Amino acid sequence: MNRIAGYRPLYPGTQPELLHSPYVSSSKRAPTKPLVRMPFTLSEVTGPSIKPEQVQPKASDLTRQHSGEPIGERIIVSGRVLDENARPMANTLVEIWQANAAGRYHHNVDQHNAPLDPNFTGCGQAVTNERGEYRFVTIRPGEYPWRNHYNAWRAAHIHFSVLGPSFATRLITQMYFPGDQLLPYDPIFNCTADEKARNRLISVFDWETTIPEQALGYRFNLILRGREETPMEEK
Amino acid sequence: MSLQATTWQTVGPFFRIGCHWLNQDNLVGEGVSGERVTIQGRVMDGDGAPVPDAMIEIWQANAQGRYAHPEDTQSKLLEPGFTGYGRIPTDGDGVFRFTTIKPGPVPGPDRKDQAPHILVSVFMRGLLTRLITRIYFPDDPHNATDYVLNLVEPERRSTLIGKRVAGRPGMLEWNVVLQGPDETVFFELGL
Repeated sequence: MNRIAGYRPLYPGTQPELLHSPYVSSSKRAPTKPLVRMPFTLSEVTGPSIKPEQVQPKASDLTRQHSGEPIGERIIVSGRVLDENARPMANTLVEIWQANAAGRYHHNVDQHNAPLDPNFTGCGQAVTNERGEYRFVTIRPGEYPWRNHYNAWRAAHIHFSVLGPSFATRLITQMYFPGDQLLPYDPIFNCTADEKARNRLISVFDWETTIPEQALGYRFNLILRGREETPMEEK
Repeated sequence: MSLQATTWQTVGPFFRIGCHWLNQDNLVGEGVSGERVTIQGRVMDGDGAPVPDAMIEIWQANAQGRYAHPEDTQSKLLEPGFTGYGRIPTDGDGVFRFTTIKPGPVPGPDRKDQAPHILVSVFMRGLLTRLITRIYFPDDPHNATDYVLNLVEPERRSTLIGKRVAGRPGMLEWNVVLQGPDETVFFELGL
């Protein structure tokens, strides 16, 4: 059989270290022994996919999941899922979840004393089109306090989860907003050493996707690990 | 053109609202062949405390050893009732449980078949990226020659192998231990 084409190595410093002491929860949960490096096999270059019909078209509009309209500023969050070779990743699942405009999650563990919004659950799904594009309509999430350290606040963010074409390309990350004053103080945003890589988690305000008298547009591209060139067949 | 892969971030404590719609703890659809197995375990942190806010994802081949994916071009039979994908959150006691079939052998990097195995991604608050690990099956004769198992120090290999549960045929116990002497082996993809 042919050798398996793997994925390009990750650029040093562009991914978080597992143990990042300013993020207190990592101290008891990050493994302490070195990861075991292994080659890509058929198991890792294949992976799950979902059928597009598993995702309802309305799942990408978080402002229309209830009888009334949610409180807050409507925004359009759109972008492309590409790989490191700039190939569009079509038909891949993109999932998001987020706090409401007041900075409260629709989750029983979130005890922040900001109001819940009966018209906002804060989760959505979309499947990318042939150009790798996705688009969500949602509400700009609020910042919120957490107990990582004294006077700790999370910068406003939206969680993103992408399956990608294989097990190897799985990605879960967070999208931030330009100009957020909390970014320098957020240990989760700052867990990655490489400043440029970190800053690519900040979405870009975009006139083109802004809808007049309706919603501001933000662009956020997601880049999945790229494939190495297919090795020659073994002689 | 060359881009850089997006930086991972933690799933945080509230991922359930976004991820639960795709939960799947029974991978075995109608008419699927193979040996049924239920795998149960617990996720434990550095204090040995259960982790109630974790999630695992499963990826595996079917009983024939074929992945439901276009890059698996083997001539083995595909089964419509089996996608090989599961997503399972832990409960309040840090316990997860899923039912699947024992996968068949799939090709390995050394031209030999790999021992039957299940790929696992582990996600939780406190983990800045996912953790990648594997579940192997006890007493499988292929384990001794499995390429990936042989990359692991012999004394740590048992963390990757499910254990039979006395009096519960068809059930395996396999835990995710994040730290300590029994720390589970986690992998990094790419040599």
